[in-house]
Amino acid sequence: MRAQVSEPPPAATARTSGSPIAFANRLSDLRWRPAELAFWAAAAAVFFVLPGQLVLASQIAITGLFALSLDLILGYAGVVSLGHAAMFGGGAYTAGLLANHGWDEPISGLIAAAAAGALIAFGTSFLALRGGDLTRLMVTLGLGLMMYELANQAAPVTGGVDGLSDMTVGKLFGVFTFDLGGRTAYAYSLVVTFGVFCLCRRVVRSPFGLSLRGIRDQPVRMSAIGTPVRRRLTAVYTLAGAIAGMAGALLAQTTQFVGLEVLGFSRSADLLIMLVLGGTGFLYGGLAGAAVFMVAQHLLSGMNPVYWQFWLGLLLVLAVFFAPGGITGAIAARWQKGGRR
Amino acid sequence: MPGSLPGVLFDGVAYGSLLFLMSVGLSVTMGMMNFINLAHGAFAMAGGYVCALGMERLGIPFLATLPLSFLCGAALGAVLERTLYRPLYRRGPLDQVLFSLGLTLMAVAATTWFFGPGQRPVRLPSFLLGQLHLPGLDLGVYRLFLIAVVAAITVALVALLRGTRFGARIRASVDDARTSAGLGIDVHRVFALTFILGSGLAALGGALSIDVLGLDPTFPLKYLVYFLLVVVVGGAGTIAGPLAASMVLGVFDVAGKYYVPEAGAFVIYGLMVALLLLFPGGLRRLAR
Amino acid sequence: MTAVLRTDRVSRRFGALQAVREVSFALEAGARHALIGPNGAGKTTLVNLITGVLTPSGGDVFLEGERVTSLSSHLRARRGMARTFQITTLFPNLTVLEAVLVALCERNGLGASFWIPVARRIREIEEAHRILSDLHLAGDAGTLVRVLPYGKQRVLEIAVALATRPRVLLLDEPAAGIPGSQSAEIFSVLAGLPREVTILFIEHDMNLVFRFAERITVLASGSILAEGTAKEIAGDARVREVYLGEGGDA
Repeated sequence: MRAQVSEPPPAATARTSGSPIAFANRLSDLRWRPAELAFWAAAAAVFFVLPGQLVLASQIAITGLFALSLDLILGYAGVVSLGHAAMFGGGAYTAGLLANHGWDEPISGLIAAAAAGALIAFGTSFLALRGGDLTRLMVTLGLGLMMYELANQAAPVTGGVDGLSDMTVGKLFGVFTFDLGGRTAYAYSLVVTFGVFCLCRRVVRSPFGLSLRGIRDQPVRMSAIGTPVRRRLTAVYTLAGAIAGMAGALLAQTTQFVGLEVLGFSRSADLLIMLVLGGTGFLYGGLAGAAVFMVAQHLLSGMNPVYWQFWLGLLLVLAVFFAPGGITGAIAARWQKGGRR
Repeated sequence: MPGSLPGVLFDGVAYGSLLFLMSVGLSVTMGMMNFINLAHGAFAMAGGYVCALGMERLGIPFLATLPLSFLCGAALGAVLERTLYRPLYRRGPLDQVLFSLGLTLMAVAATTWFFGPGQRPVRLPSFLLGQLHLPGLDLGVYRLFLIAVVAAITVALVALLRGTRFGARIRASVDDARTSAGLGIDVHRVFALTFILGSGLAALGGALSIDVLGLDPTFPLKYLVYFLLVVVVGGAGTIAGPLAASMVLGVFDVAGKYYVPEAGAFVIYGLMVALLLLFPGGLRRLAR
Repeated sequence: MTAVLRTDRVSRRFGALQAVREVSFALEAGARHALIGPNGAGKTTLVNLITGVLTPSGGDVFLEGERVTSLSSHLRARRGMARTFQITTLFPNLTVLEAVLVALCERNGLGASFWIPVARRIREIEEAHRILSDLHLAGDAGTLVRVLPYGKQRVLEIAVALATRPRVLLLDEPAAGIPGSQSAEIFSVLAGLPREVTILFIEHDMNLVFRFAERITVLASGSILAEGTAKEIAGDARVREVYLGEGGDA
């Protein structure tokens, strides 16, 4: 029998790995780091400090939630998807149709949308998760387009190109109305996003999360140690679908409108861009990327869209060449090189 | 206008030929380097614009713009491969997707900026217009022309692959890049040349397709799904696979639009799902 | 004389190429068995067939008497079959400790547990540190796998396989690419394993083979050429001709 192993506490083994991105995943338990607390405090403070920007702020929170769901499958499980909007749009239309048909309680609409997103994800997982990267890309792209077509064709139900607008969204908890200033919208979106974030945080630090990262890195090896790879991927894909559905519902409920573009390729592509620019694989990348992207888009909204498209494309190309870890990855690398460990 | 099943088939084959011409380069380069190139449609678009603008602004006759489009596509492919694509071969699929997506966005934006967002019509020479009247069947002359051109190119490609040393090197590199490198084949050079050839063919396809598919700056994004579909369903790395896939997709798309127009693009996507379920390895397994 | 692992006329073809032809092979419990043969003989293919990475074109594979031929590789791993790969297939973005932990968690049935963080799984963490210490990797516990030197990666491959507490351990060239001094160390670790673990290893270094293998099977062109103790194989003229006779020293 071995002599007593002097086992270093888990946090200490984390130290040798360096960058803050690595930090977030290294055997950390659930303690909240100061930077994280600052982040969420700042997000909450926006409610009081920027009362005129709450509509934009709730859009950012919603998109951040959507990005979180993509990070789960992309950053943690390694599934590259160009059709994630399918689940988002599915949730949006579910919540929208419920409101449209008189069911105006928002929370139950949110839950229904989560179920819809999960169902779509689960149903498509049999196609989307098989094969190599190109097949997956192709299938997710194709399925996303199919959903778009479906919604388009079902115009009597979905409103088609004109969108679904006759929605009555009731009071939140029977007390808070969704005002035009966006106060309720922002509080609602932020709280939901934070809650889901906490759940995701637990999931990625669990053995399940660790096995996902293993699958992302080397699926053959994971099979060789006994992991049912397909089953794990299906599970996380379904979870991500549920979360995307919730984000869609939030959008529908806070704007009281659902347009076809919630299922469009643009939405999936923009999301992918946001996430990668922010940095995949540590949860905050999606949130940061969404914030930066949407603020930039808002500030530059007067610009000719052709410019936006061109510079975005250029940014992507440059990012791939010079900043492979996303913006946060580049910052982290600098931080490391600066000698601070 | 197809009036009957043979008519639909004919149109479908013509459409499929175009798809094949534009996608074959993507299939072979993907099979060789496993590089996911979403910007492939941009080369086709470039060829289309060379043809349209060449005719419009420089008065070049249609048939003469075709080799010109090919050369421009090939040249563009040569420059981009050397400067941008080559450093990214070793990168993962996500990087490749983002890069090629970014490139596509830049191409679409630049084209809109320089040439405007509208459709570019093309005026075909009169001897390519009209119909050939056969007993019980009217065949569009232009579509016949398309099929003939693509058939000739396909024959040439097969001859290249099976009959020349270069073709043998391509086949070896597709089969196993590492072993081929070990055997002294300069896989990078083979890939570069194949990429150039594929881009040229895509550009030619783009020029030929203006009359059938239309041409505007969103072309690469609009038809991206189709190119990828052909490659995935047909199986990357062969000629026979994409050929079969293009034909099947072309015929079903035309048939779908004719017989069930309410279903829209559904037929194609449903077909994709069915084919992927039945043939996970791609149609090329049948071609063996 | 129970064979813990057995193949019965297992074959595999790739198009026109017959990589493995009707190989009937038995691995005795507690064996230290080497699988040797020239390049292209089909050794890795055979291991892939045994572990389920490839499906055989014919024949069967039996693990402890149970027919596992149609069982997927992760289910075979769950039944106690572990392997290492010829080309290092580790997890580049995980740390050394995490690499071992992921195998341990899987073995203990925690793979689907999503609520309690890994950091609180003290038992698994302690065991992971133990395994790393045994293989002299304890100091690298926090290092990312992709920055680990090659030699240590090969050792980590074995650590990950051992973490699953296998009954049968299949090693594909465990010492490939490692200088002689270090490779002997790897093998002495393997030699120190209890007899409950049956070991089959593919190896090209004849010194290591003759030092550690109790039985040797020689594979050539997809079939078994010879089988026996180290002495018998060393003395077999056919083996010499096809393998050792390439100017190499036994």
